Amino acid sequence: MGRLSVDLCGIEIDNPVIPASGTFGYGYEFSEYYDIRILGTFSFKGTTLEPRFGNETPRIAETPSGMLNSVGLQNPGVEKVISEELPKLEKCFDKPVMANVSGFSEEEYVRVCERLDVVEQIGWIEVNISCPNVHGGGMSFGTDPASASRITRAVRNATRKPVIVKLSPNVTDIVSIAKACESEGADGLSLINTLMGMRIDIRKKKPLLGNVTGGLSGPAVFPVALRMVYEVSKNVKIPVVGMGGVSSADDVIEMMMAGASAVEIGSANLVDPFACRDIITALPGALDRIGAKNIKDIIGGAL
Amino acid sequence: MNRGIFTVLENSKVADRTFRMELTGDVSEIKRPGQFVNIKIEGFFLRRPISVCDIRGNILTIIYKTVGSGTEKMSAMHGGEKLDVLCGLGNGYDTGRSGGNPVLIGGGVGVPPLLFLTKKLVSEGKKVRVLLGFNTATEVFLEKEFTDAGASAEVATADGSYGAKGFVTDIIGNEDYSYFYACGPEAMLRAVYFKTATDGQMSFERRMGCGFGACMGCTCRTVTGSKRICREGPVLEKGEIVWGD
Repeated sequence: MGRLSVDLCGIEIDNPVIPASGTFGYGYEFSEYYDIRILGTFSFKGTTLEPRFGNETPRIAETPSGMLNSVGLQNPGVEKVISEELPKLEKCFDKPVMANVSGFSEEEYVRVCERLDVVEQIGWIEVNISCPNVHGGGMSFGTDPASASRITRAVRNATRKPVIVKLSPNVTDIVSIAKACESEGADGLSLINTLMGMRIDIRKKKPLLGNVTGGLSGPAVFPVALRMVYEVSKNVKIPVVGMGGVSSADDVIEMMMAGASAVEIGSANLVDPFACRDIITALPGALDRIGAKNIKDIIGGAL
Repeated sequence: MNRGIFTVLENSKVADRTFRMELTGDVSEIKRPGQFVNIKIEGFFLRRPISVCDIRGNILTIIYKTVGSGTEKMSAMHGGEKLDVLCGLGNGYDTGRSGGNPVLIGGGVGVPPLLFLTKKLVSEGKKVRVLLGFNTATEVFLEKEFTDAGASAEVATADGSYGAKGFVTDIIGNEDYSYFYACGPEAMLRAVYFKTATDGQMSFERRMGCGFGACMGCTCRTVTGSKRICREGPVLEKGEIVWGD
């Protein structure tokens, strides 16, 4: 146990920096660039029961200090993830990983979680009830307490692994959703998913994204994410994984002071594939500068 | 792929809204013509993917069009300034399949990677014919560089103000060729696809997030399933292309 190690729902991880789902593939792709064993864990690409092509392109638009994406859960489906992607990962990473799960019905979430429950490589299941880029699923489950409760309960009964529910910021009261998930047995919460937004191509007089709307991420959303992590942390007892625009060691520290037990990093990976490695390397120095010995000690420090 | 800090040596206008930049840095990861680099511009969140026009020693040449505020800002950079660059992205062209006399077809800002490709093909002893299409005379660039590299070069402009009048596909003619390589706007690629008599490879452009395969932002359909333009592309084989609506 080093000075960066933290506990995440009963599993000790070497450091709190977790590449976020959808920005890190299945991990092995990044092992071409650096030794990913420096990571404590990471959350792999959102997985659904059936393969998905995703939305039409363009799927990406730049914004001030951030970006919009409307990828739409492109993935090969849970069976191929288990039979093809995870075995490739096993060759370069031997720690438990976080499986990000999405669905279009309660039954789909349950079936995917049951399949992943027997996969030893998987440490946690991160339940995405907050994808803004799919219709008739994803975020619609995460925008009211009743459906968030229903999915949480169903998933909780479908796996023995710790369940972390990933929350949407596109709600009036995120605390009520967080509490609903906690009371239905979630072991942890991760937040925030992206904020819904759009851009217009003024020459074509048309929305820039093929899907019209997309999810905003990047440094632009950091203060919003921090505020939500702070409010949720004040009101639940289960661990919170903070994310949204984190791009430096100091951002990690800020998120943890707002109550996060660990921090996910998303868009920063897309601009700089070495971002997570470099942030982990910079963390001890950043802790020294604020006079903190162990990173655990700063969790919730500003609450 | 690697990430390096490059120093701008030269940045000058070569045609309407078209700039040529020479940079020096670690180019060792650029293995094939048709690959691209992804450039971070101060003040902009995402990188700008730009094709490799040429490599000489540790000097990288790119030719880019100003299409928005990012490339606008890049066009104002001077020698000595630094840029953070991801190098050696994408699959690039496979010259092994060219046969003895390939034709290279480029349109507008799709022309630059064909220079690097020409040099490689010529060095392999192949007879290279290059066809270049532009809108108008003031947009024409690189013609002389192609002939200097040992290729024959023909130009077409849509308004007839330089070279032949018409589209680049109008000047393919009946001359025999063994294979084709193309890069340009999608409408041009589609025309090339239907006009060419042989197999070939085409380089596509898509709005990208990361440029190295992580975000799935630039996925396209092919006959063998989904491919990421930035990773399994940008070069696709003619036989695997699926055209959209």
